Amino acid sequence: MTHDSIVLERGGRYHLRRVFIYCCLIFIAGVYLLPLVVVVFTSLKNIDEIRNGSLLSLPKAPTLEAWQQAWSDACIGLQCSGLKGFFLNSMILIVPAVGLSTAIGAINGFALTHWKFRGSNVIFALLLFGVFIPFQIILIPMARSLGAVGLANTMPGLILVHVVYGIPFTTLFFRNYFVSLPAELVKAAKVDGAGFYQTFFRVILPISMPCIVVAVIWQFTNIWNDFLFGTTFTSGDNVPVTVALNNIVNTTTGVKRYNVDMAAVVLTALPTIAIYVLAGKYFLRGLMAGSVKG
Amino acid sequence: MSTTFPVLQTAKRGQWREGSGVKLWLARNASQLALAPSVAITLLAVYGFMVWTGVVSFTASKMLPSYEFVGLDQYWRLWSNPIWRIAVDNIFIFAILFIAIASVIGMALAILVDQKIRAEGFFRTIYLYPMALSFIVTGTAWKWILNPGLGIERMVRLWGWDSFRFDWLVDPRFAIYTLVMAGVWQSSGFVMALFLAALRGIDEDITKAARLDGAGSFQIYRRIIIPQLGPAFLTVFVILTQQAVKSFDLVVALTAGGPGNSTHLPATFMYMQTFGRDQMAVGAASAMMIFMTVTAVVTPYLYSDVRKQRDDA
Repeated sequence: MTHDSIVLERGGRYHLRRVFIYCCLIFIAGVYLLPLVVVVFTSLKNIDEIRNGSLLSLPKAPTLEAWQQAWSDACIGLQCSGLKGFFLNSMILIVPAVGLSTAIGAINGFALTHWKFRGSNVIFALLLFGVFIPFQIILIPMARSLGAVGLANTMPGLILVHVVYGIPFTTLFFRNYFVSLPAELVKAAKVDGAGFYQTFFRVILPISMPCIVVAVIWQFTNIWNDFLFGTTFTSGDNVPVTVALNNIVNTTTGVKRYNVDMAAVVLTALPTIAIYVLAGKYFLRGLMAGSVKG
Repeated sequence: MSTTFPVLQTAKRGQWREGSGVKLWLARNASQLALAPSVAITLLAVYGFMVWTGVVSFTASKMLPSYEFVGLDQYWRLWSNPIWRIAVDNIFIFAILFIAIASVIGMALAILVDQKIRAEGFFRTIYLYPMALSFIVTGTAWKWILNPGLGIERMVRLWGWDSFRFDWLVDPRFAIYTLVMAGVWQSSGFVMALFLAALRGIDEDITKAARLDGAGSFQIYRRIIIPQLGPAFLTVFVILTQQAVKSFDLVVALTAGGPGNSTHLPATFMYMQTFGRDQMAVGAASAMMIFMTVTAVVTPYLYSDVRKQRDDA
């Protein structure tokens, strides 16, 4: 065998391997995308086409009718007002819940890193535990407590629950971010006589944007996608969109309109998908920080 | 840990001239005061509620809490409840398969994506997007896809394979595996991300040296790279275990515990007993079991992590 043919053979094998790798990657990507494709296709078909056609067939005459129905007149039980009111509930819920939990987490993180005191590590461990508890353990007492203070089945009640159990996560994010900031920043401010909040707002907050984005995205995704708290602590007109979606799909009165169900699925998923597509990098960072680092 | 009290020092320098006693105290303890509300609320809503649930599990509470203590009766009732036994069996099946399959697929994806490919970001984005979805969305979508009447089964039959059967969703023996499928689809991309981060952290010099010594790719992965992923495996294991034990939404949306209670998991059992059947104390007992399981998995992990951090510091 000549030298040339060896090189050629190696090149060929290398080439073959690359092709194989790309084939795998593309095939798997297809598998991951399939459910989304099926859901979107179904939502664009009319009910006859669904009954007579195949899961994966292209919609012959794509129509947004099902989307419109899912939005404004899909039924939950006997009430047929669509997803829109519940979508709005989730929106109303998410703004204060994300804002408050992020703000409190930022201050906590700062206090635990650049303004330490004796026992601050113990406090951190104490808060951190909240990241790991299975929420089943707090459902009964929380339901009783919300009832006792008159917040059962109210938006403020659900906001409170999300803030309370969001704080451990946001505190963890900010604490881990602030640990990496040079201590000199804060020392300089202290020497200049700046107090706790002055240092936080003037020195730390302006350089915390990356972490704020991560925390906001994390909280937004989690609260938007929450089902357990929504279904336990609210009912009727007050439920968030995930609970409403589940109710729409499980409403058995009338003809089953799969296209409307799937349109409702897409509508429910849109906000978090949008965030993921627009800010995937930060989304991933949050996932990693929220689960890996203690 | 910082041993100085800088605020105190500046105060000594006389910069807090106007500082009355109260103001000085506030400034000196600003950090503690800022944390106080969070600590108080955590003590109540995490630790206090844990104890509360524990207490309820020893009482005769039904729809309303009662504080008539019955010892371990509710735990006995729990473990003699056939649905709880199903839920416990299911969580083992679900957790083992979910963790194993998601780990293997996640690892394979990470290795594939790590082959210096073009459009890496594009592929990563696709593999990870299910993680942005609610389990209710995932469950509803898969319920439609797995629906025997109009889903995959029918699709394959329309392709010409008339006797094709895929009715796991409505078969009590197999419905639990549909939860595994949907769960793996949702979480394996995240496992990939975790492994990918670990792969990127591995020193390339060693693998280069091995390649020069004539080691093939497969050998390099098996002998050098994968053994170095131990910590990542541990992280994946802890996260997926937690996810499995807490699984609630996915079951509600995909199978609602059915057919015939065959797909209940501890979390759905807890919810059903407490809020559906007014068996609050049994629900509390099951919540304690879930809590103890998660704690048993997480505590050693957290402990080692905290120790590692202390050593690093």
